[in-house]
Amino acid sequence: MSEKEVKNLEAIFETRIARDEKIEPKDWMPEKYRQTHIRQISQHAHSEVVGMLPEGNWITRAPSLRRKVALLAKVQDEGGHGLYLYSAAETLGISREEMYEQLHTGKAKYSSIFNYPAITWADIGAIGWLVDGAAIINQVALCNTSFGPYARAMVRICKEESFHQRQGYEILLTLCNGTPEQKAMAQDALNRWWWPSLMMFGPRDAESPHTEQSMKWKLKRKTNDELRQQFIDQTVPQAEILGITIPDPDLKWNDTLKKYDFGEIDWDEFWQVVKGHGPCNKERMNARVSAWENGAWVRDAAMAYAEKQEKKKVAKAS
Amino acid sequence: MKDKNLYNYILGIADNSLILGQRLGELCGHGPNLETDIALTNISLDLFGQTRSYYQYAAKIAGNDKTEDDVAFLRIEREYRNVLLVEQPNTHFGYVIARQFLFDTFHLLLMEKLQNSGDEHLAAIAKKGIKEVSYHHRFSGDWIKRLGDGTDESHEKIQEAIDGLWRYTDELFHVTEDDALVIEAGIGVNVSQLKEEYYKQVSEILTEATLTVPENKYFAKGGKEGVHTEQMGYILAELQYMQRTYPNMNW
Repeated sequence: MSEKEVKNLEAIFETRIARDEKIEPKDWMPEKYRQTHIRQISQHAHSEVVGMLPEGNWITRAPSLRRKVALLAKVQDEGGHGLYLYSAAETLGISREEMYEQLHTGKAKYSSIFNYPAITWADIGAIGWLVDGAAIINQVALCNTSFGPYARAMVRICKEESFHQRQGYEILLTLCNGTPEQKAMAQDALNRWWWPSLMMFGPRDAESPHTEQSMKWKLKRKTNDELRQQFIDQTVPQAEILGITIPDPDLKWNDTLKKYDFGEIDWDEFWQVVKGHGPCNKERMNARVSAWENGAWVRDAAMAYAEKQEKKKVAKAS
Repeated sequence: MKDKNLYNYILGIADNSLILGQRLGELCGHGPNLETDIALTNISLDLFGQTRSYYQYAAKIAGNDKTEDDVAFLRIEREYRNVLLVEQPNTHFGYVIARQFLFDTFHLLLMEKLQNSGDEHLAAIAKKGIKEVSYHHRFSGDWIKRLGDGTDESHEKIQEAIDGLWRYTDELFHVTEDDALVIEAGIGVNVSQLKEEYYKQVSEILTEATLTVPENKYFAKGGKEGVHTEQMGYILAELQYMQRTYPNMNW
């Protein structure tokens, strides 16, 4: 294709984006658009799958049958989200094996929040309320994203996530209406999950390398800082209902700006976890890599069996 | 309790679902691929769903404001009546599938009979469970074939698991004293009568999977009387952890 033709396609592409048209897998798209989407969608899929681990950890210990069933269903939903996100990424010309490879070698990232440990039952509530809450804010913004398969996956995922969030909040509400011991468990979980949840929106706008291009392609509709503010403004009143305290002495309502002012995020911690040195980075990766390696003989068997069946079918037909 | 035999009979069925559901729950997030992971979680969910229906009924029979959670979490090991098969560990995927298949085949035969129980609660639970259990049975049976007739390695691994778990199959067909009374009342299923059909069905699938049907002479037993393998204490330690550490609280 000549340079002129490419320029022409680019111009058409930009116009379609500007008109809010969806880009579909078979449409022409700039290579950078394709790569950026592979990066973001696979990262999102990995987050769902790695995110199964901290919560999955509590399935065997859930305190009641009702909670056990709800938690199992929730973690299963996350696996399902992983599946349709991997499928959406596959439409861009990358295989699931390649994406796993990138995850296992550390080339692809996943949400850093899952590198924090879930150590009490209240953490399961806090993950639902805060982590899923933050994820929804990020994801609602993505329901209008320009790439069709991603946008459609997001619509479905958002519905389930908001159910998870309510479920998490309800776990904490039960604890906060329970014994002093239970309420202390809820407060402790909030203390540990608050700041990492704020970090989920990524670095400040000034330090976010991909924001500008992503906004232009409508892969992102709001900046990290805008989304973070929205999360805080929405979450503070919910903490008040629970009767637990957000661990930020600088948090206060700004009546002029009609939003909450809040304290400084520990960006050193943020980068430490992103770079692989958080509390559970190694454990999470080991769990994923072992599941994959231990499962190799099973996947090989399924392939071999399918081939044998296929041969039998052909032999019968001829 | 006015109907101790029926209560125990229900536990004899429900505890299998609880403990197998718990074992499968351990695997969530660690499956060989995402599809299998989701399917195993699904089976676990079905089993816990059935467990809840049974326990809610058992709690009602027990009276004294007992709840499903009291029944699930607050018994001592000797009071759990599940068969030894379901408490066996997830040694590798072959064991997971072999355990599932050896149980599902029995479970389906049991549900088919139990839906005609003279007790309408049990009949209703069985009727609802049949659809789920036939799916479990198809899933595990298909995997037996894939692993048996897949690669040399998978053949060896699934054969090893079948051989290892075979000694726990006979117990499925034991009838306890409580069972006998409930069977006599036209409520319970006489599982000893399912034995022949069970081994016939299992052997058919194993043979189709190019596997050898084991010929054990010695079988393990005890679960139905509450005498479990050493596995059970660890399962209960996790299962009961919250209820034992924080007694008398709502969750």
